Amino acid sequence: MVNKMTSLINKKYSLISGSEAMALGAIYAGVRFFAGYPITPATEIAEAMSKLMPIKGGIYFQGEDELASINAIIGASWAGFKSMTATSGPGFSLMQEGIGYAVLTETPIVIVDVMRGGPSTGQPTLPSQQDIMQAKFGSHGDYEVITYAPANVTEMFTLTVEAVNMSEKYRTPVIVLADEILAHIWEKVFLPENGEIPLIERKKPKEKEKFATFMPDDDLIPSMPRLGDGYSVLVEGQLHDEFGFGVGSNPEKSAKLVNRIVNKISMHKDEIAKYETYYMDDNPSAVVVSYGSVSRSAKDAVIQLRKEGIKIGYLRIISLWPFPEVKLKKELANVSKVFFPEMNIGKYADYFRVLGIPVFSIPKLGGVMQTPLEIIESIKRVGV
Amino acid sequence: MLEVAEKYFRKKTRTIFCPGCGDGQILHYFIDAIDQLKSENKLDTKKLVLIGGIGCSGWIPTYINVDVMHVLHGRAIPVATGIKLANPDLEVVVFSGDGDNLSIGGNHFIHAARRNVGIKVVMVNNMLYGMTGGQLAPTTPHGAVTHTTPYKSVDTPFDGCELAKTAGATYVARWTTAHARELVIAFREMLLHKGFAYVEVISQCPTYFGRYVLGEDNPSAILTYFLKNSVRVDNLSENSDRIGRFIIGKMLDITKPTYEDEVWDQVKKLKGVI
Repeated sequence: MVNKMTSLINKKYSLISGSEAMALGAIYAGVRFFAGYPITPATEIAEAMSKLMPIKGGIYFQGEDELASINAIIGASWAGFKSMTATSGPGFSLMQEGIGYAVLTETPIVIVDVMRGGPSTGQPTLPSQQDIMQAKFGSHGDYEVITYAPANVTEMFTLTVEAVNMSEKYRTPVIVLADEILAHIWEKVFLPENGEIPLIERKKPKEKEKFATFMPDDDLIPSMPRLGDGYSVLVEGQLHDEFGFGVGSNPEKSAKLVNRIVNKISMHKDEIAKYETYYMDDNPSAVVVSYGSVSRSAKDAVIQLRKEGIKIGYLRIISLWPFPEVKLKKELANVSKVFFPEMNIGKYADYFRVLGIPVFSIPKLGGVMQTPLEIIESIKRVGV
Repeated sequence: MLEVAEKYFRKKTRTIFCPGCGDGQILHYFIDAIDQLKSENKLDTKKLVLIGGIGCSGWIPTYINVDVMHVLHGRAIPVATGIKLANPDLEVVVFSGDGDNLSIGGNHFIHAARRNVGIKVVMVNNMLYGMTGGQLAPTTPHGAVTHTTPYKSVDTPFDGCELAKTAGATYVARWTTAHARELVIAFREMLLHKGFAYVEVISQCPTYFGRYVLGEDNPSAILTYFLKNSVRVDNLSENSDRIGRFIIGKMLDITKPTYEDEVWDQVKKLKGVI
């Protein structure tokens, strides 16, 4: 039973794959319930969790499909467990109804989507960044989610911890968008000591007498007891009032709930926003913006262009959703040109145009990441 | 409202059920069963978690003042499985309709039975989709006219009990809403059973099944029809005519290791070995 994977638990640094880093990150964050269904290229996360969960006193459950998996983690979350699942494109599509239910019932769960080429069964073994809009808009109705895009194996660990933390804090599903490259790449990572990254636990109710299942505090987030704690919760998947009673035919109360669900995330937009910049100190007027694994090529492209004396900056978005509009606007105030490489038809670049800066999309399809040279050539064709 | 039911109601309210619907009866039978078990110290209602699917019958648990989750269409069983695995001390009961449990959630049903996960499933079978207005269900009799089979159904109906038995359930029973005493006993046995228990209730839907399939919208007449067409499983021989008959009774009651026990045994053995 003791093999390479299990011996990692107490190690400080190691050469591991992105999938393993994600599993270790989940355990670090306190995830003790994992449900999943094998799917390329996310299977290794489930394999790692099946090995590690029992050793850490947690449960690994292989669902009969992705629908079962996401609904099982919703149940486990209400039973008091930090819960997670990992999947890829087709499975992520199946999970969308569950994401909607978790949004409305304010159930903290983490969903990892290891992006592969789509649509349909698509390209199971090759990477893409095609699911970024599905992460935001995939389930029906109005809602906001939190979504992270790691770019290296270390972030596969740290952003998984962040995702679990944010799901607990805001009582909402949080999505981590990895891709095939990040799941399978091996890198040296320094694993944080226990306590090095603070962990967040969901708010527990204080007074049993005044408790109502969906009564929010000032931060718009209600407290959450465990099933079996004697609170007689009424967890309702229809639009509901503070007590969980259906209000579907009451326009005011229905709108009030959806507004709160959206606002509890969007009013904390800036707090959630995460990005990093390089070469921005001399106020370049052109910036390469990217996220996820493509940002590795983007950064290299910027470094090479700088060596050639071309004044260009680099910005990597780490939290894709909610869209960090205000922060980005401030950061890019003096920028008049954005180059945006991504492994899809240019979806985030399109969204990025709301900032009012001209965006030159550098899309790439086919399941292959842009090389730095390709990005450099595209930039030079347009001119900085 | 019966006195015993009032004790367990979340608040004094009207149910969403049509007049004469079997769901109200089932709600009361179930409350009767939990009240009996509670007074015998065999059930802690604080540990009782009820999961409702989508459809008329999915609303049954929402009236009871215990932990309740009203979940997505077809997904009551996986939610229940997640809860039971996370905390095996909880008594998790699913209320599901025939469409919820045998059509959109059919896959979850057979897999939960296969694993013998210790959740309990009450399937209310009104033989069509009532909530959406009387359409074809996987239990609708062959030849029935519904709102989506205007020229008669050519679908062959499912037998939920046979399916549960074949898939690996360890307690299987079917009664109709006309069998009050038997149903209360079945609910008691179901709640005390260790493993996957399935109780199917043939229930009257006067509004749709009654009016459009049977041509009879009087609830008590439908109950009489249930009684007349029911055959006890013990009285059934190989040559018995099963078409158009409701086969009722306890069909299976055996013991097998439960999924949650096996999972947690592994966890207890492995926890902290590294």
